[in-house]
This record gives sequence, structure tokens and C-alpha cells, in this order.
Amino acid sequence: MFKENLNVKKIREDFPILKRIINGNNIIYLDNAATSQTPLQVINAISNYYKTTNANIHRGVHFLSQEATDLYEKTREKIRAHINARKSEEIILTSGTTHSINLVANGFESILKKGDELIVSELEHHANIVPWQMLSEKTGALLRVLPMKKDGTLNLDSYKSVLNNRTKVVFVNHVSNALGIINPVKEIIRLAHKFDAAVLIDGAQATPHLITNVTDLDADFYTTSAHKICGPTGIGMLYGKEEWLKKLPPYQGGGEMIDQVTFEKTTYADIPHKFEAGTPNIAGAVGFGAAIDYINKIGFDFIESHEKDLLKNATDQLRKITGMKIYGDIENKVPVISFNVDKVHHYDLGTILDKMGIAVRTGQHCCQPIMDFYGINGTVRASFAFYNTHREVDMFVNGVKKAVKMLL
Amino acid sequence: MSIRQKQDEIVSEFALFDDWMQKYEYMIELGKSLPLISENNKTDDNIIKGCQSKVWLHAELIKEKINFTADSDAIITKGIIAILLRVFSGHHPKEIIESDTEFIDKIGLKEHLSPSRANGLGSMIKQLKMYAIAYQTKLS
Repeated sequence: MFKENLNVKKIREDFPILKRIINGNNIIYLDNAATSQTPLQVINAISNYYKTTNANIHRGVHFLSQEATDLYEKTREKIRAHINARKSEEIILTSGTTHSINLVANGFESILKKGDELIVSELEHHANIVPWQMLSEKTGALLRVLPMKKDGTLNLDSYKSVLNNRTKVVFVNHVSNALGIINPVKEIIRLAHKFDAAVLIDGAQATPHLITNVTDLDADFYTTSAHKICGPTGIGMLYGKEEWLKKLPPYQGGGEMIDQVTFEKTTYADIPHKFEAGTPNIAGAVGFGAAIDYINKIGFDFIESHEKDLLKNATDQLRKITGMKIYGDIENKVPVISFNVDKVHHYDLGTILDKMGIAVRTGQHCCQPIMDFYGINGTVRASFAFYNTHREVDMFVNGVKKAVKMLL
Repeated sequence: MSIRQKQDEIVSEFALFDDWMQKYEYMIELGKSLPLISENNKTDDNIIKGCQSKVWLHAELIKEKINFTADSDAIITKGIIAILLRVFSGHHPKEIIESDTEFIDKIGLKEHLSPSRANGLGSMIKQLKMYAIAYQTKLS
């Protein structure tokens, strides 16, 4: 039996949305891997920004512009400290993980040549496949696959055999969004660096659950989205090692990213500004900064231990259901459970759960290669956060049992 | 019975359900019991791909009326298909073109036609109308 954690009750007061009634039931929100909920501290930071500071940044001599610039740059510094990067110039504010990956993939167009190779893991979200496929089509670089094993982990032996002197970029997620498995990214990076290949880590599913340390990982690029860690949507970050960011050309042209503009030639601003064309999502950045403060106040020690309990409780109970199949059912993962019940369609199960006020994700989770690997059309995915309770786990499991009974 | 009359009939049937459970149990029953499409017509040409569930739709013109058959891999989707076929199958193309699907809203199943569901039902209704337009052109 898992005892309810008293801290969680208090934490839940920060999230007004958790009081919503859906279809007559208190919402049980288990779609945190898609987007996490936003605490009052973040909502208020955004609201206060618009009430007191709203102005454009980096080019105003007036008071508000200066204040807005300070807030925006403070977030950059908060991200730097949070992920343990060396310099704040190595942090680019983007609209999110997808934008970050496209920025890097686009930059490599001028670096790659025909015959070069890229390695993608089989566990990737479409956002970490398609931009590289487009790059491969444009440059003639070959896209190779780091395959997965039946248990959902990556096959490092195959990886070693795919890596070679022609490998230029490797891109892998830190945590798989479809299965929740934590990938051995430090080892993947170490092996790639033997061949001087750059490694991009998609950290969108890792940052809500684990402390990120890009320096320890020695990642060349690392990216995440604020809305996965209690921040607002439409803002995220890209970390890039200084030497790489200097090497890559700008992604978009516009204001803010320039040094000098004449019709003959434009010179670009230095990093990070050369990658931040146009007026950025300033309010979003303020919210992102507040979200980082918030999760650090909650603390990753607490997050990791409580989420581990939630995962164990839910997994233990689900396993007892007849016909239950959990994909990637291993120890080393974040609180994400991807499953199917024999003879039950994931869409039907998700629909009935929704009627009970339980929010889960169903379908392919933007990971068609993983679904193809298992020969399925999709799964039900329940993903937990530190504000979920053991009571919610019990109600979810009962909901699944009830739904299966209805459907079979 | 006209399309409109059938729709009204379904609306009054659904009014008898006390809660969502009864309604969904009924749809699941519908989904399980109806043979909707012959395996021969369950071809890739007839497939409407949703991200969540797949829908197959086949149409034939018999004596100026369209006979629809359809299927889905998800049982609730199939239940809704059964309701749609009951309404639209066996009617003249013109009547189908002029009809709407407001009754789905009235029986509280509108959410299933939302694009966010990606279950293929929204596209199925579009496809159903496309068949009607195509056959109407053929007839006139």
C-alpha cells in the first residue's frame, strides 16, 4: 500500500485546473507527457508581466523595455543554471523542442555533404525524425537508424556498428515519449564523440522528471519545451555548445539577429541573438523562468521519489489486469505507462476513461516507428506528474478495469 | 422514412438514456452486433485513416439510392458508424447532399466528430457526402 504524500495535497493547491469537474467527475489528469499543468506562480508571473512590464526588448531606451529585457535575459540565465551550461550565450530561446531541432537541422545543411551520415534512434518522436529526413534529402547525407530492442531499450551494440568516420550528427531522446524509458545518452554521446560526431539530445520528456546536466553529459545540443515542466506553451530552449552555435548559420532572418544591415551585406549578431530573429515570446520566457523557479522549489529529490512511487503503484496494479500488455516495462523509466489490453482498441479505452474524467493519451504518440516495431496501431499512455496522487492511481486503475468490462 | 425522420427517431431513442454509461453501452452493443461491410470491400481504397482508429467506407448506387457499408477497428467508432449508416444509407444522393449531421450534437456524440479525436469519423462524413455528390452528377 502506498501512503498519500502530504506534500502533494499542498502542491495541488497551486494548480487550479486540478479542481475542474469533467463529465461529472473531478478530473484525473494523466496526460502530463503531452503537456504539464501550470501552477499559479507561473500564471501570475505572465499576468504580472502584462500588467506591469509589457514592452519590446533589446532595443528600447525606456524603462519598461529595459525591465522586460532584464526579465527575458534572467530566464536565459535561469535555464543556464538549471541545466548546468557554462555560458548563458549557449542558451537560445525558441518556441519549443520542434523549433529547436529544426534550427539545428537547418544549420547543418551548410556543413554536411553527400556521403556524410546521420544517426536517428528508432525511439524518436516525429519531431526528431522529420527535420533530419528533410536535411538528408537536401544534402544527400545518409540517414541511419539506431535500433531498439524488444524491451524498449536502445541496442547499443548496433549503434557501435553504425557509427563511423562519416557520422556527423546523432540525435536521440533522453527519455522516450511513447514508452518513458530513460536512454543511456551519456554513453551514446561518448561513443559519438570518438568519431567527432555532434549529438543532439531531445530532452522534452526528461526535463520534467530528472535533473539535467548538459556539461556532465557533454551534449552538443540539448532541447526542451517549457510546457512540459509547468511552463507555458510556445516557448522552449536550445542549448548548444558555443563552438557549434558559432559554426551554424542563422535559421531565420529578421530584426534582433543582426549586427549591421546594408543592401550589399548584413553581418549577424553574436550568439545567442543571431538565432533569435524578431520579437520573441517575452511573456512566455517570463513564464518559463517562473516555471524553473517553481520546479526547483518543489525539488527534484521529491519529484523523483514521489513519481517513482506513483509509477510502481500504477504498474503493479495494471499488471494484474487480464490481457494487460505494458510496452517498455522496465525499471529505468519516468512515470509513463504505455499499454494495451488484449482485444480492446486503445481509442475505445481512452474514450471511456475520458467519460469518467480521466485524461490519458491514445494513439501513436507521434512515434510511428515504435508502433510499427511492436506491430500495433497505438497504445493508451498514462503519464504522471509530481502533483498526481495515489488515490488518482487507484481511480485510474479502477477506470481501466471498468472500461475493459464494458468493451469486452 | 426520410433522413430527417430517422434522425428524429434516433434523437428520441437517445433521450431515454439516463447517463453516459447507458449510452456508450448501447453504442458498444451496436458496434459489436452489426456486420457492416463485406471483407471484399475492406480494401485500402476504401480506408479512411485516422491517427486513432481506421474507418472503411464503401458505397454502391442501387436503383438511384446509395447503399453504404462501413467498418472500423474501434468498437465505439463502429457504433457511431452504425448510427450514421442507419440514417444515410438507402437514400437518394440529393437527399443526402441536402442533409446535415446536427442530430449527432443532439444525442451528445458531437465530440466524436471533432478533428482532435482523429478517429476518421469526420472524414467519413465528408466522404459520404462526396459519394452523394459524385452519384448525383452521374444521375443528372
